[in-house]
Parts: sequence; structure tokens; C-alpha cells
Amino acid sequence: MEDQRRIRVLIGKVGLDGHDRGAKVIAQALRDAGMEVIYTGLRQTPAQIVEAALQEDVQAIGISILSGAHKHLLPKITELLAAEGAEDIPVIAGGVIPYEDRDFLEKSGIRRIFSPGTVTAEIVRFVQQLARQG
Amino acid sequence: MEEGGGGLATEKEIWEKRHFRGGKNAERQETFRTDSDLSIARVYTPSDLEGMDYAEDLGFPGEYPYTRGIRPNMYRGRFWTMRQYAGFGTAEETNSRFKYLLAQGQTGLSVAFDLVTQIGYDSDDPLAEGEVGKVGVAIDSLADMEVLFAGIPLDKVSTSMTINAPAAVLLAMYVAVAEKRGIGPEKLVGTIQNDILKEYMARGTYIFPPAPSMRLITDVFQYCAQNLPNWNTISISGYHIREAGATAVQEVAFTLADGIAYVQAAIDSGLKVDDFAPRLSFFFGAHADFFEEIAKFRAARRIWAKIMRERFGAVDAKSLMLRFHTQTAGSTLTAQQPEVNTVRVAFQALSAILGGTQSLHTNAWDEALALPTESSALLALRTQQVIAHELGVADSVDPLAGSYLLEKLTNDLEEEVWRKLDKIDELGGAVRAIELGFQQKEIQASAYRYQMEIEQGKKVVVGVNKFAGEETPPQGLWRTDPQVETDQKEKLALLKKGRSAAVVKAHLEQLQRAAAGEENLMPYLMAAVRDYVTLGEICGVLREVFGSYEKDSFVRG
Repeated sequence: MEDQRRIRVLIGKVGLDGHDRGAKVIAQALRDAGMEVIYTGLRQTPAQIVEAALQEDVQAIGISILSGAHKHLLPKITELLAAEGAEDIPVIAGGVIPYEDRDFLEKSGIRRIFSPGTVTAEIVRFVQQLARQG
Repeated sequence: MEEGGGGLATEKEIWEKRHFRGGKNAERQETFRTDSDLSIARVYTPSDLEGMDYAEDLGFPGEYPYTRGIRPNMYRGRFWTMRQYAGFGTAEETNSRFKYLLAQGQTGLSVAFDLVTQIGYDSDDPLAEGEVGKVGVAIDSLADMEVLFAGIPLDKVSTSMTINAPAAVLLAMYVAVAEKRGIGPEKLVGTIQNDILKEYMARGTYIFPPAPSMRLITDVFQYCAQNLPNWNTISISGYHIREAGATAVQEVAFTLADGIAYVQAAIDSGLKVDDFAPRLSFFFGAHADFFEEIAKFRAARRIWAKIMRERFGAVDAKSLMLRFHTQTAGSTLTAQQPEVNTVRVAFQALSAILGGTQSLHTNAWDEALALPTESSALLALRTQQVIAHELGVADSVDPLAGSYLLEKLTNDLEEEVWRKLDKIDELGGAVRAIELGFQQKEIQASAYRYQMEIEQGKKVVVGVNKFAGEETPPQGLWRTDPQVETDQKEKLALLKKGRSAAVVKAHLEQLQRAAAGEENLMPYLMAAVRDYVTLGEICGVLREVFGSYEKDSFVRG
């Protein structure tokens, strides 16, 4: 039954940002789609996110960030994952992230940036696809 | 309004049969409901207001229960304060944005602090990396505050500061800046948000646990009652609760429940209600559902007046008045076709004016994408000026009163809010209910329902789930210079080098002792900031004594 197990996803808030409406809505939507979601709560450091992802053995990490610190904090997460030999855990992100920062973030290993207005079904599909690949 | 009962209701039934039986005059939807899920009737008549008493339920403006407004003349006297929330980068940059906005006719200041400041760290803290100056201005010490307000007449301009967990420290800095310029605290006019309960519930910039946080708040109430008679000691905020997903009913109920908790805490700390209640202020959002929003503001005033008179026995008229700031709803702004946001903001602003707000921030069209640029901030301010000067809506007090629909909605909202207030009382009050996660769960459920309604097309957001088109990313958005963080850290290092280590240490030790005891902390904070002890140093000591609030971490399911 190994391949039948529920997809495990970590939804994280990184940095000092307190906006968690989006993170909680996404967490709920992924749960409703049958996934097991671990929500980190607020104010996690990149190291805490990576540690939790490894401990919880998740197949994907979703980060919500609306504080403008994305260019600093998101690459830290992918760097730390790589340092742990866990670069195969895909990281996606959403929040207030200007369009022109996407290239930089994607080059830093962020698999997809979802902008405000994205329907949750699209994120669910993308996470399912990532889990299948992994 | 007591007139026109049964006969009219019967006539309405006959009218409905005549015009709607057998599928005649088909309608767009089976039912029509507000954002708070209140039912909206096809048409309202005086029979919907049966039992309503003009004098008791509405009264005249400036008189109990203040449904029609807190001033007898409202905007015929003077317009609301046009107060745009602004702050980014360094104190120098924000100071020049302030001066620009004032030169363009803005009538009050509103400071946005960066998250590092809001959570009580200095810019050189490892946790500050990447966050300095991003969502607001970076303030580490009195030196930054001096620059932030350079050339601004603090005895003439009112200043609002969105600061909560370390509000007492920033207030101390503001008073110290004025003091150095020879302006006494009694001349200062403004507001500190100082509302920790909604931080636990919705906004996230808490530091300490509830009990010491409530003490800091009541310390500010007491200090201001004696020293800053014109200062709003708190801005009890529904805005962030609403932004986190709450409905209008939840917004008002959870905010007023917080208000009750603060009043009770102050009374328990030995203050007399009429000594501090006149300086309590409120803050709400203005969302899209136009009539419900106007009704919300009116209902909130009426409920608060009753709470203060009946529950707390306040007698000073000023204690009974719910004075509030409004901001248009950030969460309704879309990243798609963002220019359309200007239209949303204008209507939301109009609802706040028709609801009798005391001050207003209008969002800029680009705020779903970034902080506003100078030109988008200007357009937002101009929107208010058009409403004030061109529409004529400010020329008569509470102009929509007497509308059957609006009065019915106001009554319905009030009833729903009382129901939720009763529930929170049953749970043991706002603080206990937050600890139980009651409000958080309600807000989260509403946020999810709202999102699902959009995804199922039940709720239309123009440009997002209807009338969508190809998007070209807008150009010229605001960007904070990454150099800000380096500059700010250098400034701080220089400041720290220039101070006497012994003096700093003495202040921090005194503060530590006072925090461990029961004295009012304001005088200690005043003394420390005057000698340039930093925000991070002060909050560091308070963290040691008070501990940190940890909640909601690692939820599995």
C-alpha cells in the first residue's frame, strides 16, 4: 500500500510575516483534496522549515510570503535543502511576489510561484503532479 | 417608524403575488445575501422597521446611541482626516514621503513600521535579515525617530502609528522627539494601535504572552490619562480581523469583544472608566458590500455606546462614542487588471464616509503587487479629495438614515453581533476565547468559504473569475532598495558605539526590575529611549522577564 499513502505537504510561513490567511486557505484546500498537511505556523526560519520538512518526510513544501523578503528567504530554503541532500523535495511559493522576481527565484530552485488570484484547484493539481514525479 | 405595521405587510404580500407569481419578473438569483450571509429582501418598506423608535434607536447625531454619528455636525464642521498609511526603507525616505503627502493635502500622518520594528528587534538581529525597511520604515532608536519626524510640526499634525506589541516603546520615542523640540506631551495628538488581541487572532506581530501584553496596554492608558490628554491610547482594530477573512458581523463582534477586554483590564488595574475610555479609538475595514458596510459602521457605534453605558456604567459622553479610522480593504485588491482597484477603493471609501468615519486611508491600486509608488499613493489620496469636495455627500449628516434597507440591515447586524458577543462572554471573554482558538477558527472558516465561493463562481471578482483577460505585468512598481539594510545596520553600529555602555546597562537593569514588579513601565521606557537605548535592547529585556507568545505552530491534519 506504499504507493497509496496520502501525499504529505508542508505549508510554511517564513520570516517575520504575520499574514496567514493564504497559507491557511491553501492548507485547507490541500487537506480537502486528501493530502496530509503540516502547517508550520508563523515566523519560521529557513532552517526550521527544512528541518520540519525532513522530519515530516514531506513530498513538497509550499511557502507563503507577503513581506517582501522572498528574495532573501526563499533561496535560503533551497540552499539548505541541497545541503541536506534533499534538493528533490520541491518548493513552491505564493504571496506578494513581484513578477520580475520570478526568474531569480526559479533559478534559485523554486519550482513555481503562484500569484494572488490563483484558484486552489490549480495548486492542488500542481502538488499532485509534483508528488507523482517524486 | 412605529407606524405602518400589519396593513403594509399584507399589502406587500399582495404586491408580491401580483408581480412574481408563476415565474413572472424572474430574478438573477434565488436569494440575495450580504457578505455576512444576512438576507436581502426584494424591497423594504416601513413594516421592516416595526417597533423601531427614532429617539431610542437612532437619535440625533452627536447624541446617544450615536447611530447617526458622534458629532452633531459631522463633516459640515470639518472633513474626516485624510490619513494615508506610509512607510518604507529608512527614516529619511519615509520622512520625505510624509512631507510629499502633506504638501498634497493629506491632513494626518500614519506610520508603517517594518516587521523587524513591529516585533521588537533591531535591524542587526539575525532574524531581521531580508526584512529591514521592507513593509515599513526601520526604527531602531530615538535617532531614527528624530529623522522620521524632522521638519514636521508635531504640535500641529496628528500622527497614527501602527505598532502593537512594542507600542509603549514607540510612543515613548515619539514623546521624546517632541520633548527635544520643546513640545510638551499635552500638545501631542495622535494614535498608537496598541491592540495586541487582534495580533494573536489575525495579524501575527505579537511578542509577549497575553497577561504582560495587557499590562503594557493598561500602563499606556494610565500614563496617557495623566500626560497625553489628546492621545488615542489604542486603536481597537477590526481591520486585520476582516482582512484575515472575517465577515462584517465577525469583524464588529470580535473587535468590540476585544474592546470589552481592554476596558475590563483597565478597570481591574484600578483605573476609573471615564478616565481612560474617552481616549479609546477603533479601526475598521471598508469592504465591497456597500450597504452592509455602511450599516456595519452605524451598528458598531450603537452597540459600543450601549456596552459602555450599560455594562461599564460610563457617564462621560466621550466614553460612549465609538470613534474610528477606516481603511479600504486590501484583501479585495486584485493583482489581475490592477487599475480596476482604483474603482473598488473609491466605492469602499464612499461607504466609510456614509458610515461616518473620523479618518480614512484609501489603498493604492498597486498594493496587491507591492508598496505604493508616489504616484499611486497620490491617486489614492485624490480619491478621498474627490469624495469630500465634489460629490456633496459630506454636506448632510448620516444622509442614508431612514432608508428602510439601511436601517433594517443596521438592526440585523446589531442582532448578529450581540449573539457573537454573548458567545464570547460564555467562553470567558475575548482573551480566553482567543486561547481556545474560537475567533481564529471562525475567521479561517469564513476565509475558506469566501475563497470557495469565488472558485465556484458564486461570488464574482471582476478580472479574476469573470471578465478576465491576458495579463501584462505592470511596470514601474515600488521596490525597496536592498542597500537599506546595510545602511541601517551601519547607522545602528555607529549609534551603539557612541553611547555609554554603563548608561545603557543601568537603564536596562532598571527596566528589568520594574518589569518584574508592578510599576507603570512608561517612565522607565521614557528614560531609556531618551538615552538612545534601542528598541531591540528594550524588548530583549522584556522578553526575558515576560517570555514569548508561541501559538499555532505545527498543526497537522
